[in-house]
This record gives sequence, structure tokens and C-alpha cells, in this order.
Amino acid sequence: MFKSLTHPLRMFVVTAMIAAAMLFALPANVQAKNLKIGFSMALTGPLAGAGKAALIAMKIWKDDINKKGGLLGRKIEFVYYDDATSPSKVPGIYSKLLNVDKVDLVVSSYGTNEISPAMPIIMRKGLVFMSLFGLAVNDKFNYDRYFQIMPAGPIPKDDWSRGYFKLAMEQNPKPKSIALLSEDADFALSAVAGARRHAKRLGLKIVYDKTFPFGSPDVTSVMRAIIAAKADLIYIGSYPGGSVGLVKAANELDLKAKMFGGGMVGLQFAGIQKNLGPMLNGIVNYDFWVPEPTLNFPGVKEFLKKYQAGAKGKGVDPFGHYLPPFAYSYLQILGDAVTAVGSLDQKKIAAYIHKTTFKTVVGNVSFAKNGEWAKTRTLQIQFRDVKANDIAQFNKPGKRIVLYPDSVKSGSIVYPYKQ
Amino acid sequence: MFTVDLLLNAVFAGLMLGAFYAAVALGLSIAFGQLDIVNIAHPTFVIMGSFVAYILNENFGIDPVLIGVVFVPVFYFIGTNLYRFYYVSFERTSQESLSGLAFFFGLMFIIEVLLILTFGVDYRLVSAPYIGKTLHIGVLDLPYRMLVPAIAASIMTGAVVLYMSKTFMGKAILAVSQDSLALQLMGANPLKVKRVAMGIAIASAALAGALLIIIQPVEPSVGRLYIGRIFAIVVLGGMGSISGTFLAAILIGVVESFIATFYGPSWAPAVGFSILLLTLALRPQGIFGRA
Repeated sequence: MFKSLTHPLRMFVVTAMIAAAMLFALPANVQAKNLKIGFSMALTGPLAGAGKAALIAMKIWKDDINKKGGLLGRKIEFVYYDDATSPSKVPGIYSKLLNVDKVDLVVSSYGTNEISPAMPIIMRKGLVFMSLFGLAVNDKFNYDRYFQIMPAGPIPKDDWSRGYFKLAMEQNPKPKSIALLSEDADFALSAVAGARRHAKRLGLKIVYDKTFPFGSPDVTSVMRAIIAAKADLIYIGSYPGGSVGLVKAANELDLKAKMFGGGMVGLQFAGIQKNLGPMLNGIVNYDFWVPEPTLNFPGVKEFLKKYQAGAKGKGVDPFGHYLPPFAYSYLQILGDAVTAVGSLDQKKIAAYIHKTTFKTVVGNVSFAKNGEWAKTRTLQIQFRDVKANDIAQFNKPGKRIVLYPDSVKSGSIVYPYKQ
Repeated sequence: MFTVDLLLNAVFAGLMLGAFYAAVALGLSIAFGQLDIVNIAHPTFVIMGSFVAYILNENFGIDPVLIGVVFVPVFYFIGTNLYRFYYVSFERTSQESLSGLAFFFGLMFIIEVLLILTFGVDYRLVSAPYIGKTLHIGVLDLPYRMLVPAIAASIMTGAVVLYMSKTFMGKAILAVSQDSLALQLMGANPLKVKRVAMGIAIASAALAGALLIIIQPVEPSVGRLYIGRIFAIVVLGGMGSISGTFLAAILIGVVESFIATFYGPSWAPAVGFSILLLTLALRPQGIFGRA
């Protein structure tokens, strides 16, 4: 047959055997292709502060998992693009992720406005979609593989403000009237729509109900009109710029009301908290995680330590209480589900997530049929004893007292706000 | 609810807001209205001014208005050199209409990305003893957070109006916007005049940025929210008319404040732009523009 080693066929067989031997000799993680998780993220534009903080948290999860050998024996690799906080860019990004980059799993960008545009593409492919802080996105789509990590609750628009109204109606004297104000963008409108329903259900007289344009430079006139309406309760849905303006205007114009706050985004961020300082005292607002002893879930402190080290010098929120633990958790849940199922079968992963209670750094998480948290844990917190020019105070207990829900309550409300 | 108190407060809040709008629009009125330079990047220079004010306020506690004034020469220098580059690259070869526009678009994104890379994307705010306090005069409540920028903006606009009307260079800037060739025949150098004008435009934008960060928190992309409004003010005021720009800004500010107080804040921009459309229909050259 092959009389010499230099015979072409013999050479081919030997080479093939050497190659096969080398392949088997390689570590498992090099043999297997990386497991790609794709997403868009707001890394520039108005929501970039949150988007960049989320990305730091997500990378911490990736490093943690890769240190343990990855998922299904494959190292995790992120493929992501900046959506510039522009909803119009989101469909194109997910099309590229799925058709060009061929990612194995997808998760969402941050925020309602950036999540909704991805939904039709994700649904067409039948993928599990872990979502990061979308308010009631699935109300429109009814997609059974959608799971949302923000603890809004099974009826998100209503659950969002349920605690605010529960607290208000428990007080003596009971409030009789309410002013509703919303910044003109999807999340804020949804939050205030829920508050409006609660107000009507509870028989509160709505004495002011308006929206204001997104990014308005000055809202002093709006606050003046609210003060003129003399409402007992003031519920606001706003974004950071608007929230800061309204809190400052409320102090400058000496707002008097029984409760003030509600759904103001921005008051959770350390830089804004430091600047507003004592102006925050008495405000009752939503939050998701604060450093109170009642929210000390296993792993959360270790995670925040890593986040705070990673956030240094990046121009993002230095403490990362608001979004990062949840950005870590939505990947924790996806990773746990993939591991439990033992494959990337999207149907099986979705079924597993539906039936399981996950232990995460934000506590135990289980999902309702619509993919929202089975039970609301939207906190209502009250700012207390806040001093001027001290950012470190917000990284300790005692400044944001949890009033609702009872399962994690850390104190009682000081009522009224100002009279 | 309509009361005299509310009406007076709405008018004064509008005056303060309008004066601030004028500060932001002033530089664009010079660049766009007088030099025919469609400086889309104008709001980005405003944000640069905000970040300079933020850095020095955060680290040394210096008042943001003072920082804005001190940095006027620096931004003036940037403005003159920006024009030099614009002239060599586009205006000299008559490519300013499309290529020049693309250049300023690109410049806007580059500056924005540089700000993000340097400072990150968190909201930045400044502290000053007057922020959060209010001046009470009878029924009027005037927050210093609005009053101080309004006064500074009015002084800045007044200074530019005086400069334009009383100095040789100021008059030359007005002349170059009308007839560059005639100015050259009079012995003046149009390029130098335009360089000075662009320097003033960018310097005023940076000073307006220092005022902006007193009013609201700033992140690198927040300037985009102002593009439409300030172009509208410049057109409404009559392209290139500084006093017209100031009055148009005051008009928009008062209308926005009035609508926000008595009707609904979401209608404020729509009413403002309706005034612009109505003015253009009845007086295409703007309120103070030359026919």
C-alpha cells in the first residue's frame, strides 16, 4: 500500500490524526464557540447614564459566569451596540444581532421607549426576551417569552403607584384632592395613567391633570400652576431634568401639600441627590433598591462593591443602587434558566422561567403570566434627614426610608409633606 | 384658575426664561443671521460652557457665572480659529452650503462623544448660594436660579448690542452681513471681521452654557433639545438682528410661561412655533428683519 511516509495519502492521514489529537487536547472552552448574548444599550443620549451603569453590571455578571466556566461549557461573549437612546435605531440593531452577528440569546436595552421597538423582531424569531425596566411593554404584545426585571408587578401601570395611594389613604386626615403631572414621554405617561385610575377609584378629586414637554428647560410656571390648584396630593411622572427642575421649583415657591413625589426618575441617582440635598426631605417617591437593612439580599452587597469599583472614573452613578442590581439579575435569571434547561431551546427556557422562583441579588423573583413580577415590589421611599453637600450619606441607611411594601418596610411616613 | 398674582408671576417667569433663551440664541443669530454659517453645532458649544462651569464649580466652588465670564476669551479664541478652518475648508471653495452643514453636524457629534468620553453620561449640576432661594417682591416670587441667568443674559446681550452699534469692528460685522465686497472696498478685511464675529458667537454660547447649568442639570446630549427652539428664535427675531433676537426670545419665553400656567405646558412649544409660522406668513423677514 503506502510504501513511503511521503506518499500523499499517508501524509494526509497522519496530518488529520495530528490535527484531531490537537483538537481533543485543547481545553473545552476553546473548542466550543463562545455563547453570544446580544443587546442594544443606551450608551449615548439622555438615558446613557443608566445604560452605561447597566453595562457595567452586565459585564460583572459575564465575568462571574466566565470564571465559573461559562454557560453550557461555553464562555459568554457580549455583542452590543449603542442605540443612542433613539428608539428608531433599535429594530436595526436587533436585526443585525440576529441575522449578521448570529447571537445565541438576546436581552433588552434599558427603558420602555427602547424595549418596545425590539419586540416585533424578537417575537418573529420566537426568542426569550429578558427586559430591563420597561413599563407595561407586554400589555401591547402579550408575548409569552417576555420577562421584565423591574419589580413593577403584574398590573404594571397600576402597581407602579399602588403603594403611593395606599400610604396616602391610610393617613389622617385623609387627602381629598390630587394634582397629576406627567412629562410627555412613554414611561411617565404610563405611570401617571395608573395614578389617574387609582385617584378615580379612591374618589379623589383631580384638580390638575397636565403633561409638559420632554426636556423643558424651566418648569417653574408648571409648579406655580400646581400650587394654585391647592391639591392635597401631588403625583408626578418625570425624567431627570424635569424632576430636578420640579423639586427646585417646589422649594423655591414653597409648595404646600400632604404628599409630593410619585414617579420622578432621577431622584434615585447619587449626583442629583447630592445636588438637591435637603430639598429632597419629605418627598415620597418610587425606588427599587436602597441601602436599608430590609433589602439586604444575599449577594447584593458583594455585587455593589464590584460595581462601585468598576464605576470609578466612568462618569456614571457611583453607588449604582437603582438599576445595576437589576441589570445583573436579569442576566442571572437567564443564565440560571439556560443552565437548568441544558440547552438554548427557547421554548424550554421560557417555560422554566415561568415556573421558577429565582434567587437573585435583588431577592427572590418569580414572574406572572404576562412576564412581569408576580407581585409588586415597587418601593415607596421617603427622603429623610438629608444634609447638604454630602454624597456619602446616600450610600448608608437612614436617608431613604422604605414605606411600602410592608414586606421590606423600614420605617413610617412623616405626613404631611409641608403644611 | 386666573388670578392677577398668577398672571404677573407668569409674565415675569416668562421674561426670565426668555432672557435665558436670548443668551443661547445670541451666538447663533450672529453666526447664522449675519455670517450665513449654519452652525448646527452651536448648542454643543453651549454644553461645553456648561461643563467648564461644572468642573470649576465642583472642584473650586467658583460661581458659574463668573466662570462663564472668565472663559469668554478662551471660547472667543476657539471661535476665531473655527472660522479660520471653516473658511479654508469650505467657504473659500464655495462649498459652505452642503459641506459646511455636514461639517458642523460632524463637529457636533465629535464634541458630544468627546464630552461623553471625558465626563461620562451622568447628569451634572452646579452649586451656588443663590440656587434654591427666591426673591419675594409683593406677589412676585422670582427664583434666583432663573433671575441670575436672566440678568447675566440681559447684560451680555446689551453688551453685544453696544459693541455692534458703537465700535468700528461691530459696525463692520453688521456691514459684512450686508455686503462683504463693499466692506472690502472700504479697506476692511472681511475675513478678519468674520473671524471676530464667530469668536463672539462661540464665546456667547459658552457663557450661555454657564447660565444653563444653573437652571437645569446637564449631560452631553442635552444641547440637542435646544436646536429647534433657538433656530426658531433667530428666524422670528429677523435673521442677524441682535435686539430682534432678544425680543423674539422674550416673546417665546412669555408665551411658553403663560400657556404653561393657564392652559397646559404641553401646548407651550406648539404655540411658540405657531407664532413663528404666523410671523413668517405675515412678515417673512421676521419681526426685526430688513425687508
